Amino acid sequence: MESRLINDLKKIVGEQNILTSKEDLLCYAYDATPGFSHMPEAVVSPADTDEVSRVLILANNEKIPVYPRGSGTNLSAGTVPTKGGIVLLMTRFNKIIEVDDANLVAIAEPGVIVAELNKAVEEFGLIYPPDPGTVTTATLGGTVSENAGGLRGLKYGVSKHYVMGLEVVLADGSILKTGGKNVKDVAGYDLTKLFTGAEGTLGVITRIIVKLVPAPEAKKSMMAIFSNLDNAGKAIAAIIASKVIPATLEILDNATIRTVEDYAKVGLPIEAEAVLLIEVDGIPEVVEKEAAKVTEVLKANHADKIQVAQDAAERDKIWAARRAALPALAKLRPTTFTEDATVPRSKVPDMIRAVNQAAAKYNVTIGTFGHAGDGNLHPTIVCDLRDKAEMERVYQAMDEIFTTAIRLGGTLSGEHGIGLGKLKYMEDQFGAVGIRTMRTIKKALDPNCILNPGKLVGEC
Amino acid sequence: MNKDKQLLADIEDAIANCMKCGNCMEVCPVYKEIQSEAAVARGKISLIEAVLSGNAQITEGFDARMAMCVSCKACAAKCPCGVKADELILRGRQAAVKARGLNPIKKKIFKLLANRTLFDLALRMAGLFGPLQMKKLPGHLAVVARFPLPGLDRRRVLAPFASTPLRSQFPETMPIEKPRMKVAFFTGCTINYVYTDIGRAVINVLKANDAEITMPARQHCCGTPVYMAGDVELAKIFAKHNIETFERAHADYIVAACGSCAEAFKIEYPELFDDDPELQARAKKLAVKTYEISEFLVDIVKFRKDKLGPINAAVTMHDPCHMARGIKVTTQPRAILAAIPGVSFIEMKEPARCCGAGGSFSLVHYEVARKINDRKIADIAATAADTVATSCGSCRMHIIDGLVQNGKTQDCVHVVQLLAKAYEAGKVSTPAK
Ligand SMILES: Cc1cc2nc3c(=O)[nH]c(=O)nc-3n(C[C@H](O)[C@H](O)[C@H](O)COP(=O)(O)OP(=O)(O)OC[C@H]3O[C@@H](n4cnc5c(N)ncnc54)[C@H](O)[C@@H]3O)c2cc1C
Ligand code: SF4
Ligand code: SF4
Ligand code: SF4
Repeated sequence: MESRLINDLKKIVGEQNILTSKEDLLCYAYDATPGFSHMPEAVVSPADTDEVSRVLILANNEKIPVYPRGSGTNLSAGTVPTKGGIVLLMTRFNKIIEVDDANLVAIAEPGVIVAELNKAVEEFGLIYPPDPGTVTTATLGGTVSENAGGLRGLKYGVSKHYVMGLEVVLADGSILKTGGKNVKDVAGYDLTKLFTGAEGTLGVITRIIVKLVPAPEAKKSMMAIFSNLDNAGKAIAAIIASKVIPATLEILDNATIRTVEDYAKVGLPIEAEAVLLIEVDGIPEVVEKEAAKVTEVLKANHADKIQVAQDAAERDKIWAARRAALPALAKLRPTTFTEDATVPRSKVPDMIRAVNQAAAKYNVTIGTFGHAGDGNLHPTIVCDLRDKAEMERVYQAMDEIFTTAIRLGGTLSGEHGIGLGKLKYMEDQFGAVGIRTMRTIKKALDPNCILNPGKLVGEC
Repeated sequence: MNKDKQLLADIEDAIANCMKCGNCMEVCPVYKEIQSEAAVARGKISLIEAVLSGNAQITEGFDARMAMCVSCKACAAKCPCGVKADELILRGRQAAVKARGLNPIKKKIFKLLANRTLFDLALRMAGLFGPLQMKKLPGHLAVVARFPLPGLDRRRVLAPFASTPLRSQFPETMPIEKPRMKVAFFTGCTINYVYTDIGRAVINVLKANDAEITMPARQHCCGTPVYMAGDVELAKIFAKHNIETFERAHADYIVAACGSCAEAFKIEYPELFDDDPELQARAKKLAVKTYEISEFLVDIVKFRKDKLGPINAAVTMHDPCHMARGIKVTTQPRAILAAIPGVSFIEMKEPARCCGAGGSFSLVHYEVARKINDRKIADIAATAADTVATSCGSCRMHIIDGLVQNGKTQDCVHVVQLLAKAYEAGKVSTPAK
């Protein structure tokens, strides 16, 4: 980048809030997605909306790409500055502006760590439900932009179900306000939803209004072991059909069970085809009733063993198995791809089987775990990025996994977003008209394509 | 491939295991203050990766970023992939030393360190002449510099060098009647030259438990500081010297009153000599009989509780990084405090969060070290404790500095000092039969 431009940026954010040395730039060349890396030309950390606006005016005039970044924990290469330019670091936007417990709403800046927001609303007996595995590191802005979900997605949904309003700086530097504190608000196009999950391609979020919900008074966790995958699948459908919506309904497949057991020794039977982990939450009496109902359904669907946690320690033990899933798989090999293929929940067993077939066919190691209750599976491929031949097979297996998901009526992403990682499958899911519509929106809002160019809708 | 890069190539696989998940961001005390990706483990690992792949050189900038780490091991404890980032960062520093040499100030200091006799003399002189340039602070065992000292922030509160080092205050061996065991005390530099009060407490406590003590006179600094700075060759010289010295002591056990010192004997020395099987075997022999003092008193000696008198103190506890995550000793110091009559114990929030001292980190990056420490002081202040117990001299000094800077009146002592005080109180209240 020309030193003239660097100087202009310094004038906007101050000398100490811009990084240009090679060593620093190298540290913003990646995010949590394997296989993508590119250095930016500058890392700029603005302090307020006005500074963001001035940076974007400059970038738009000079046609410099801008990549908004929170904590860089996304799994879709969403923050990798593939065309150089500016990484716009939003971590200085770290204030929780208001917790309005009368309206069950909080207003916060995008750089706030999600767990910090939860800590702040906890004292009001409230929670902000989206809880990605990275809840203690990811920013609110990053989660809103990725439409992140988490373990509680089945009952509580993903980020878009909680975002009520936004302040967004558009590509030309103008400042847009959408939504507000109103529970009912049907005025105009739903711009709030449009910018939620836009992965930084349509604007830079500078302020977020979110909905909060009362913290559940009680929770009950249980674990069921199945020697037959189909029975586990039937149990998932039957639990929902019995009109119980657990907060969490997770599945671990056999490959994951073996790996977790080997790594964490939590007492899982390694021959089981599936383990279901379930948590119901809410009012104590209802929780008791629902837990009983779930147990009944599990039995009816031939669970080999059901374990209901009686206290906090036992609850912890049950979730230790789930928490160990990704680390255990990740430790097997240097490179870990956590995919995000999602299918209607009735198709979960079909999807797991298809993943296993792909693993065998291409001779790659894949463990599948994930949010069975909402059909959001995380086939996790472990490999070594440095082994070209292996990677060839890995990418073929991935292709097969995503085309299968779409064939089963599923979607490319339940919570991780598209970024670059899943770009090539977009047309399969949305068709030519779908993609054209998205690109038209992108072009209308960002005619010079400076915002996170090349991501989500590809080149435009 | 040139030599410095070869150093990194050894760890290529370990580096590749980092999946850039960013989990380490949550716990890294340096990142919390600096908020730059280059300060967190993930960033530093990426820099090493870039050097390996030829995308970057070992530059001054590389050096500076590798230095941005207090070696608190929090990232390694948190990492889902088992990446020992703290060790990899040390390796990065070693490569930097190989490629660019040590920085001139460190070079001078280390040269001095290498010569045990000279080192001893220099630190004794500091003890004798220190009072001239240090101003005593009331209350704490603490001083501030009267004149600017190179590498030191003027406001910084330090402890005075002892006018007589610990090992000169006592005979090399202290025989007792009917000893239960013979214990060799590895004092470490901080205790020998600065915090002799901790050393005396260790001696008194061991005596109270019928241990015969020997303090090998020729023992040298454990070498951790030079190792941390990336000078492995010098660290090996120190290690070899200490191994030989403690073999000659023929003790049943080796005891240190500092997590880092104990870790050096227990873990680092055997690792340092993985290219020298003979010395490694000798190091391992010593390693298995080395204990940190609280660990030793609780697990091995089952220290006497019948002779303890009351101390009235409200105590909270700071767990040094190398105790909590290095040698994993946290329950034993608490067991000691729990045994002392009159002590009321109050756990602080995040007792094992780094205090920011980080060996020589706080020398070079005092501002950052201060900020890290301020959080610790706030956690201490949030308890009703009047005393902070810890297990490391460096932490003690840094915490006292923090307490003074923040206008607090709590004192900070080694756990074993409270125990020694309780034995003392026991003598007063129940005269020897
Ligand atoms: C181990 C692991 C587990 C995970 N588990 C989950 C999970 O359970 N559920 C889940 O949904 N995700 C999960 N993720 C993915 C990731 O944590 C989420 O995508 C998270 O939301 C990213 O937040 P971030 O702050 O790191 O954002 P970043 O990665 O920095 O950015 C994400 C995207 O948002 C854009 N962006 C960031 N800030 C702004 C802003 N202010 N304005 C506009 N655009 C912006 C970026 O350009 C980028 O496209 C996991 C990731 C890892 C590594
Ligand atoms: S060091 Fe560990 S915790 Fe940090 S990014 Fe790498 S894998 Fe994740
Ligand atoms: S050892 Fe501590 S300071 Fe160093 S990178 Fe890890 S967490 Fe950060
Ligand atoms: S850790 Fe510090 S105090 Fe302990 S021996 Fe080593 S240098 Fe001396």
